Amino acid sequence: MKPIITIAKRELSGYFASPVAFVFIVIFLLLSGFFTFMVAGFFERGQASLEAFFAWHPWLYLFLVPAVGMRMWSEERRLGTIELLLTMPVTPWQAIVGKFIAAWAVVGLALALTFPVWITVNYLGNPDNGVIFAGYLGSFLMGGAYLAITAMTSAMTRNQVVAFIVSVVLSLFLILAGYPPVTDLLVQWAKPWLVDGIAAFSVMSHFESIQKGVLDSRDLLYFLSVIGFSLFTTGVIVRAHRAG
Amino acid sequence: MIQVRNLKKTFGPKVAVNGVSFTVEKGEVLGFLGPNGAGKSTTMRMITGFIPPTEGEVKIGGHSIVDQPIEAKRLIGYLPENAPSYADMTVLGFLTFTAELRGLSGAGQKKAVERVVEMCFLENVLHQSVETLSKGYRHRTCFAQSIIHDPEVLILDEPTDGLDPNQKHEVRTLIRRMGEKKAIIFSTHILEEVEAVCSRAIIIDRGTIVANGTPSELKQRSAHAGAVTVRIGEGSAAAVKGKLDGLNLVERAVVIGESPATVRAFPRKQVGSEDLARAISDVALKERWSLLELHTEEGRLDEVFRSITLPDTKASKEEAK
Repeated sequence: MKPIITIAKRELSGYFASPVAFVFIVIFLLLSGFFTFMVAGFFERGQASLEAFFAWHPWLYLFLVPAVGMRMWSEERRLGTIELLLTMPVTPWQAIVGKFIAAWAVVGLALALTFPVWITVNYLGNPDNGVIFAGYLGSFLMGGAYLAITAMTSAMTRNQVVAFIVSVVLSLFLILAGYPPVTDLLVQWAKPWLVDGIAAFSVMSHFESIQKGVLDSRDLLYFLSVIGFSLFTTGVIVRAHRAG
Repeated sequence: MIQVRNLKKTFGPKVAVNGVSFTVEKGEVLGFLGPNGAGKSTTMRMITGFIPPTEGEVKIGGHSIVDQPIEAKRLIGYLPENAPSYADMTVLGFLTFTAELRGLSGAGQKKAVERVVEMCFLENVLHQSVETLSKGYRHRTCFAQSIIHDPEVLILDEPTDGLDPNQKHEVRTLIRRMGEKKAIIFSTHILEEVEAVCSRAIIIDRGTIVANGTPSELKQRSAHAGAVTVRIGEGSAAAVKGKLDGLNLVERAVVIGESPATVRAFPRKQVGSEDLARAISDVALKERWSLLELHTEEGRLDEVFRSITLPDTKASKEEAK
């Protein structure tokens, strides 16, 4: 447990020593504000809910989360510090989890800093704060899922740009598999059970139900298993690379 | 402390290390020599547990690096090739981080960091970030990291690479001093370093050990070892050569240079170099040569290194001169 905390602390200080964390947080806040108020018409809706705010998160995360996570392992390999890290008395697991937690904390911090929008909606109306909490939880889990995928691609290459692009493509697949325009298209030639099966892999359907305030264990399990599977694969890749 | 048995590593069809075995005890400093690409770094990476061996085993203080990696890695301090470190950290931050990973905390951690900062002369750059440092400082920062927990086993991959002559001297002194209590393996391209620091040296070529012994044992394998060189103020080299060729202890004499005449005499088999030197000094007295120099060649490591690692006859031809 101790090495995980040590590694997470170092990673976190790394995010804030370079502009990565600040740029991510500022851009996330600017874009989420822009989409919520300008594009989705938060005020015009006249509803005391944050639906307009959360609806954009899958798309915002698509580009921003891989940007945070892309250096996680590729930087380590480029600098050669992976040799230092993995010859310390730590297991690869502790390193993988420590790094993941630190990056996830950056995403969590950015999400927490959107609190003014929560204050606004409470000031203007009487929203169901339980639903809003569920929305935040869902958004945080979704960010974690994207991030775990980025960790996996970042372990594959020493090139951050490659890691970024591959993560975006993989995450895009997870969005589109359950995105209504795509599923509507699929229904025309595929069997409904197949379409449902593909859609079950999508973050969209799971995020939407959580965001509506339905905390279904299946949705939670979905996000946790995407994180678990991706980090497990990260471990396999890190080991395989050592084997040369 | 370090037991390496029949270590083998293949990368696809390429065999990088093939059946390397040796042991290093406490109080020993083992020099690891070999041309580039001979498998030095690969061997060290297997010993430190960074890459798993294809075959064979490594034991550190009785712990197998494959089966009990954490216990084994605790005993090791490692300076990887090119001395990597986190560019965005300060020297102090980096050393504190590695001390923490080594399980040091509180006062013990602070003391350990202070100790290596002093040992590696890092006081001036303590709060500077690693990426702004010169190569020498970066190297010493990573070296400091490797000794922060005062390990029993030290693996150093080219520890003096990129240092200036003074720093090289410091690092060598440090290694020699630490070698009294630790088991140390270090690789280098600089042969004089081996003579200065090592109690034993291994030459590795194309993945296998081709020589293993103390530096002086290795030097004896040089063709020059045991030959006696004389340098004389006046007279021609040919005349000196003629006289030396006449001695029955001498197998052959070779002219090295004219004015001053320099001639090297190689002893016959089973002739001690001291006897040869005595015989030559007798000749010098009798002939009233004005002797500028008379010394016995110890042999040179670089020649041994070349003759072992250069497979073609070029090296052996050069050496016969």
